[in-house]
Parts: sequence; structure tokens; C-alpha cells
Amino acid sequence: MTELTAKSPCDGLLPLTIGSVSCSETVFDAITSVAPYAGEAEWVSSALRGQIGAEFPAPNRATGTAHNRAVWSGRDQALVLGPRLAEIPGAAMTDQTDAWACVALDGAGARDVLARLVPVDLRDHAFSQGHAARTLIGHMTCVLMRTGENRYGIMVFRSMARTLAHDLRLAMEAVDARR
Amino acid sequence: MRIHCPICGERDRREFYYKGAAAAAERPDPQADAATWNDFVHLRDNPAGVTRDLWYHEAGCAAWIVVTRNTATHEVLGAVLAEDRA
Repeated sequence: MTELTAKSPCDGLLPLTIGSVSCSETVFDAITSVAPYAGEAEWVSSALRGQIGAEFPAPNRATGTAHNRAVWSGRDQALVLGPRLAEIPGAAMTDQTDAWACVALDGAGARDVLARLVPVDLRDHAFSQGHAARTLIGHMTCVLMRTGENRYGIMVFRSMARTLAHDLRLAMEAVDARR
Repeated sequence: MRIHCPICGERDRREFYYKGAAAAAERPDPQADAATWNDFVHLRDNPAGVTRDLWYHEAGCAAWIVVTRNTATHEVLGAVLAEDRA
């Protein structure tokens, strides 16, 4: 059988550092969509805590740590970023590991870069650590999360990885040019 | 223009898709007479003032919401989930 070489979504596109901001790809062992059935939310949340140490996130929030994260991705639905999950009875689960391009934007000007692309209020009082959003980045829908003081996670569909890298590069260059 | 999504909070208008008058959600009984169905399919009010629209939070939580707004002043007065509409 032909030996195929696995490539990550941003292979050849990232990392990228311009001025004070750097952008790098984050590769997770697994990305799993978890959608609790009606009435099962509490049970699924405790099962998730047992597996990754983080609860099912409230709307527009993310829980957990860098390699065991659950991010809200829609109504009664979260994406678990990290280890491959064991089956959770009471939730619809789908493997989306190869479906998303995940990028970390890091550095003192990260918010200024995002502000050029994302139509949500990114100020501290409105979007602090642990906050997340389904929104737009450029013309693409995305999952956005704030994972640190100057660090953000961005997820877009894998097919849009090149566009994301391009849009981020333009925004990073523009922010750097104004320093 | 900002719309206050009941789930996501205040978001930019470009995250939403506009469907039309909220009357579209009030589907008549299948056995209703032709005049009622004609009204549902074709006839819309065109108010100068407060109106209710269906919007879809396409780039956000994917909820259908009913937005109350004023066509004369462009104020957005409020929004509720379509399933919670009065």
C-alpha cells in the first residue's frame, strides 16, 4: 500500500512572526464535537470533567487548559481539543480532527491584529481569558478563544487555512507598520 | 448596526442573515382556507415604525431570532429566540 505523508492544515504556511506578534499552528491529537442530548447536559459535563478535567463550556466560553480544552461551538455543542475521547453516553460525538485548522496568535499586538479581522468587542471587559465566540474572521466563520493575556486561539475550516494565513499576515504587517 | 443575540450578546450585523418579516414563522394550519394561505405566503405589512423580523445568527450560534426594530429610526429594540417568541 502507498505510504502517504500526513500534513497538518497549515503545513508550509506557518509559523509567522511579524513585529511583536507571532502566529503558529496548534495540532491536537483529536478534535471531537460533543453535543449533549436533551436533558443530558449535566451528565455529559461531569463525564467530560472525568476525561479531560474540564466541564462542558457555557455559551461563549472555553474551559480547560492548553491540551485539554473544551470550547463552545454552538447551541448545546462544544469542540474538545486534546486527547481522543472515550464515548460519552448521552451525547452525539463526531471526530473532527482533520476538519479544522487551529492557529495560536501570540504577542503584545495580537489583539490589534484581530481587531482588523473580527467584528466582536475584544476589549478586556468584553472578551477576557476563558471567553470564546463563534464569529467571523475576514469572510470566514471561525471559533475564536482567548487563551492568555496576549494569546488567542483561532479555528477555521481546514479548507480555508491558506486564506486564514494570508489574512493574518496582512493584518500583522499592517499593525506592525503603525508601530 | 448591532443586534443583541439572546445567546451571544451584542454582535455586528454582518454575522446575521436576514430572512424577512416574523410573520413567516406563524405558519397557518395545513387545513386553513386559501385566503389564509395566500395571506401567509404573499401579503406583508410595510410599517413605518416598529416591525419584527426573522434573523439567523449565521456566523455565530446558528440561532433563529426575532428582532424588533424601528424602520423609521433604525433603532434595534430587542431580540428573542424564535422558539421563545410571543
